[in-house]
Amino acid sequence: MDPRKSAIKLQLSRVKKIIAVTGCKGGIGKSVTAATLALLLAKQGKKTGLLDLDFFSPSGHLILGSLPEFPKEEKGIIPPKIHGIEFMSIVFFTEGQPVPVRGKGVSDALVELLAITAWGELDALVIDMPPGLGDSTLELLLSAEKAEFLVLSTPSELSKKSAQRLLAFLKEAGKPVLGIIENMARENNEKNSWGEKFLGRIMLDSSLENAIGKPSELLETGFAKQLSQLAEKVL
Amino acid sequence: MHEWALAYAVAGTAIGECAKKGVKRATVSVLLGELQQIDQGLFLFALKEISEQKNCGLKFKIKTQKAVFRCRACGKKWGFSGKEKTLGADNREFVHFVPEAIHSFSRCPKCGSRDFEVEKGRGVLIEKIRAE
Repeated sequence: MDPRKSAIKLQLSRVKKIIAVTGCKGGIGKSVTAATLALLLAKQGKKTGLLDLDFFSPSGHLILGSLPEFPKEEKGIIPPKIHGIEFMSIVFFTEGQPVPVRGKGVSDALVELLAITAWGELDALVIDMPPGLGDSTLELLLSAEKAEFLVLSTPSELSKKSAQRLLAFLKEAGKPVLGIIENMARENNEKNSWGEKFLGRIMLDSSLENAIGKPSELLETGFAKQLSQLAEKVL
Repeated sequence: MHEWALAYAVAGTAIGECAKKGVKRATVSVLLGELQQIDQGLFLFALKEISEQKNCGLKFKIKTQKAVFRCRACGKKWGFSGKEKTLGADNREFVHFVPEAIHSFSRCPKCGSRDFEVEKGRGVLIEKIRAE
């Protein structure tokens, strides 16, 4: 019997909403979306957490501009606060080194992080998911049952097809989809091919790259303003 | 996981299982994987305190499982402590929190690969609950 499962239930019991930002392709903006969403929610005065579950390419700390101090321990580890967000990532435990872990190791690491992180009371926990339908996504479905999914795609047909497969899987698994966002769009006059869950498009913002690592500038970008408008529809 | 957090998790799971089966008193056998470097004394103390607080009639027995790593590239096996120790003291703490961090700091002592399997001694498990 794995006792960590009961620990996860306890650690997430006072988190009101879990938003998993997901998508099937790399480089479509999941990490920036997750971090920016967390910043927006914190700015609204909501108690917000950000959990970076991309073990192979953790970026949350880079987008937020620094890695906060190592978490303190008190009946679990306390996620340190950065820019008003309680932040947790594998990067605290790997010193930026690669983490070449196979299947079960990914699940185990995810379960461990969820089990040991004492989030306390949160209005929202935003989770930056790695791309795809692999171990992290499958484990999250089991471990964080109240997670709702914000699905990202880009206008590329390759990205759309992958996202549609992910959506089909989530529907089959009975998991709630908060909405679908098409990121890095160049035109906004295409027909909505996503259906009723489509929240809208975020137009490509050339100023975004320079704002990475500078949260106050990030919140002033066109990207953040558009994300805020779309997120308001569901949050 | 950490000793008190771990103890709450183990006790909580055991209490839940006993309640499901209507068991009032039991001995819980817990397997501690060496890789997690749990302080056994503190862990047992925490379990005892929690059991008394919850008045749940549980006793605990702890067994440690030695860690064994096996390289997928060359097949070499090695352990976590002793002569073939490959992890420095500083990094052991990271592994204490998330055992998979071992892959960031340890390599096969024969071929240097980071692609190794933790065959034994990774985690914490409740092996059995014996009703009394």
